[in-house]
Amino acid sequence: MTTDHYVILSAILFSIGVTGVLIRRNAIVVFMSVELMLNAANLAFVAFARQQGNLTGQTIAFFVMVVAAAEVVVGLAILVTIHRTRRSASVDEPNLLKY
Amino acid sequence: MNPTLLLAATNPGEQIVFWVCATLAVLGALGMLLSKKPVHSALFVAFTMINLAILYVSLQAPFLGMIQIIVYTGAVMMLFVFVMMIVGVDASDSLVETIKGQRLAAIILVVSFAALLIGAIINGLQGAAAPSLDVANTVDGGNVQGIARLIFTDYIIAFEVVSAVLIVAAMGAMMLTHRERYRPKPTQEQMSRARFQRFAATGQLPGNLPPAGTFARHNAIDTPALLPDGSVAVESVPDPLQERGDTRAPSVEDITEVAEISEGESVVIEDGVVEDLGDEK
Amino acid sequence: MNLTNTLTSLVGSATIESAEPSVNLPVAATGIFSFMWLLLALPLLGAALLLLLGKRADKWGPIFAVLMIVGAFVVGCFLYFAMLAESANDRPVNLHIWDWVIVGNFEAPLGMQLDQLSMVFVLLITGVGALIHIYSLGYMKDDPDKRKFFGYLNFFIAAMLLLVTADSYLLLYVGWEGVGLASYLLIGFWQYKPAAAVAAKKAFVMNRIGDVGLSIAIMLMFITFGSVTFPGVLEAAPGASDATLTWIGLALLLAACGKSAQLPLQAWLLDAMEGPTPVSALIHAATMVTAGVYLIVRSAPIFDNAPIARDAVIIVGASTLIFGAIIGAAKDGIKDVLAGSTMSQVGYMILAAGLGPIGYVFAIFHLVTHGMFKANMFLGAGSIMHGMHEQLDMRRYGALRKVMFVTFLTFSSGWLAIMGVPPFAGFYSKDKIIEAAFSVSFLAGFAALLGAGITAFYMTRLWTMTFTGKPRWTEDNQHPHESPKVMLFPMAVLGVLSLVAGFLLAGAIETWLAPVTGFAEGDLGVSTLVMESASLAFVIIGGAIAYLQYRRGVPITPPQHVSALTVAARDELYGDAFNEAVFMRPGQWLTRSLVFVDNRAIDGVVNGTAAAVGGLSGRMRRIQTGFARSYALSMLAGAVLLIVAMILVRM
Repeated sequence: MTTDHYVILSAILFSIGVTGVLIRRNAIVVFMSVELMLNAANLAFVAFARQQGNLTGQTIAFFVMVVAAAEVVVGLAILVTIHRTRRSASVDEPNLLKY
Repeated sequence: MNPTLLLAATNPGEQIVFWVCATLAVLGALGMLLSKKPVHSALFVAFTMINLAILYVSLQAPFLGMIQIIVYTGAVMMLFVFVMMIVGVDASDSLVETIKGQRLAAIILVVSFAALLIGAIINGLQGAAAPSLDVANTVDGGNVQGIARLIFTDYIIAFEVVSAVLIVAAMGAMMLTHRERYRPKPTQEQMSRARFQRFAATGQLPGNLPPAGTFARHNAIDTPALLPDGSVAVESVPDPLQERGDTRAPSVEDITEVAEISEGESVVIEDGVVEDLGDEK
Repeated sequence: MNLTNTLTSLVGSATIESAEPSVNLPVAATGIFSFMWLLLALPLLGAALLLLLGKRADKWGPIFAVLMIVGAFVVGCFLYFAMLAESANDRPVNLHIWDWVIVGNFEAPLGMQLDQLSMVFVLLITGVGALIHIYSLGYMKDDPDKRKFFGYLNFFIAAMLLLVTADSYLLLYVGWEGVGLASYLLIGFWQYKPAAAVAAKKAFVMNRIGDVGLSIAIMLMFITFGSVTFPGVLEAAPGASDATLTWIGLALLLAACGKSAQLPLQAWLLDAMEGPTPVSALIHAATMVTAGVYLIVRSAPIFDNAPIARDAVIIVGASTLIFGAIIGAAKDGIKDVLAGSTMSQVGYMILAAGLGPIGYVFAIFHLVTHGMFKANMFLGAGSIMHGMHEQLDMRRYGALRKVMFVTFLTFSSGWLAIMGVPPFAGFYSKDKIIEAAFSVSFLAGFAALLGAGITAFYMTRLWTMTFTGKPRWTEDNQHPHESPKVMLFPMAVLGVLSLVAGFLLAGAIETWLAPVTGFAEGDLGVSTLVMESASLAFVIIGGAIAYLQYRRGVPITPPQHVSALTVAARDELYGDAFNEAVFMRPGQWLTRSLVFVDNRAIDGVVNGTAAAVGGLSGRMRRIQTGFARSYALSMLAGAVLLIVAMILVRM
């Protein structure tokens, strides 16, 4: 398939991920949506790597994966800590920084 | 134009793989979005990631596809599942939106966002053929070698930085979840004393409970075990199930059988026939 | 035979037929003229000492002030005799005191110019001023602030002398302002009386309006001629364009109207009677109100070349003389009648000054005689008030000739003079003006003639109500008495002058002044005798009407069934009402609307901006909901905008 198709798929997955961040209240599901967005980005990188004819895109996608893993670790640790004290995993709970 | 390249662009196998995997990936993503239970969402995401891995392979990135499955799906999603166990596996969202206008605005913006992106992509990639990575994949002796060469020559700094990120992330996770002890750890003597005081106060036995399954009559963990006098041992059902009230009621035959055994009758079940073995006290 | 010629030939100087201004430019002062500055210094010294030393000068202050003015009069006499010794064309002298303004090519020095015209004024001011100072010794004897009074009076004399001896319009303006200030201080001398304070303010403000005219005239002179000194402007005047000269002339006329209480700036003069009577005598009869006449006569070359401005002067003079006369005929307060009379007589002077070379000399002549007989009558009124416990209402006078005989005599001398009965002073000066007016325009002449008749009417009314008939005195006033000698002495001097000044000066003053102002005979059409007879006839008729009407008895309260003209005249012909309706109320409306605009619009903009910002921020802070998801939504919105921008840029 032409690069278009892959990149359009990437755009669709990214949009779905964005929707998940905006709509879901459970923090874990939000994290998963972020992972989905990262994956969509990876797909775009790989598709363009094939288009360019070199492996740079794949390398970058590799790094993205590593960073995503690190990010998940830290994010979930934070979530666990919050859950220990506040017994809630909703992203709407911490809303004291408001007018 | 190299005919092989053209062939690669319109390779029917790749087309089939693409359409199938793309559809499934999108469906999986939608499933993640719309599931009530977070565990289901996690499974859907894992499903999407595997489809993406297949797409990576079809994009002549086999190393990346394998890494996707091993690292992403295997490690990262499992991490998600572990945390869901900690947090509570059935903490589910109500589907009612609390922020006014959020859902509508989100959908409008996301749809426009997607439309703009797709439009821009189509516009930008007009007429671009899709060459193949055959050359790049073979020039260093394979895909892995090619990526390795890039990582350790052109992107060495990025590599070092990412390593540092990983180390920091691991340490960060440990730091964040560390629970500081505010009181000294109770010694064995203190624990023993506390146990007997508890027995005096509430009647809870100070000793260990029998190992799980000692009095079990069935393999299912939601069926309570029966004590020698025929009463139900409530502690034999794990706490989460107790709280949820998922305990099964014991059957009448079990209760009579236990009662008979406790009176000294031995009961052996062979082929469904209960034999009376007589007293063996 | 010409009556005038007969009488003047007794004095021995020849009349002249006509003359162009023919003086040389002023020469530098030498000999006695180099002491000219004493004229200014003596009164200024008196004012400074009396006002600055405070209570320490209470005992000797008034006498010192009187001595200063008498000293100034003596200096003036010396200067006069020195000037007589010169030939007519060499009489102007200039004393340069100080280099005042030197900016580039523009020079306005501080200097004094003494020529025939200013000499007349110097003698009048110091002479009448000295007499009034002496009078005030008696009149203000019991006033606790009399030291301040004499200080102000000296200051006034100094400023007035500066005005008439200035050698440039700019210095004249300084004196102009000075007399305005002195007038304010003196009208409001008893400032604890609200009426006096208000009257002083009114006089000052209306004077100020006239002063704007003088400033504009000076500015125009500077632009046109590059100089403001008298030689610089007046020598060059014929060369300027008609339009410029017309504007300068009109501006000078405005100034004169303000200072001399002519239409349309006449409303302050009657209120100025709130001041002590010596003030009314000196300032508002003899000297300050004549400053406008001096200005116009001094600026003769300008008016000679600006016919439109000259016509305006004639109109102002003629209308004011009728206006003032009508007011004087209906007022019941003795000082109010005299004030209306002053307005009218100054109108005569302005009319004469507006007639051009045929009238300048007579304007000054009438100014001098009027200074004498009007001051005389004011001092007489003061004497009557002094004897009648400050009673002003003539309806409460009556039969005073029996108790105040000297006052009666001096006042009658002034009365006959102002009516223009020969041989008293006013006959000579006023008749000349009427003749000159007729030779220019029948309307102006008829107005002057009619004014003479009305003057006779109201003055006779005053005289009859005050001195004849039966006493109508109030209960607390049953023993009016004559005034002390210190007050009677100046009145007597002025009374004698009111009799003799006319025929003594009649031809001489024309000869004296003609070299400065120019003189021309007017073409009357009829002989002078006819003219004089006609004016005498008007006078006799007017006087007779008044005498017959008021001889029979004067009601104590003013009658209410009177003609509309009388009602209007009692209200000063609605001058105040007009000013209030046309200027005061729109002015107040303007200021109030400006305040409104300032409060609502300007402050509204400022406060409204603040409020808008506050309100806007109050609404906008609701964006900070605290929910991470709404922030994510705004981030997405931003990203969408970014993409749109990038697409548009690439298109």
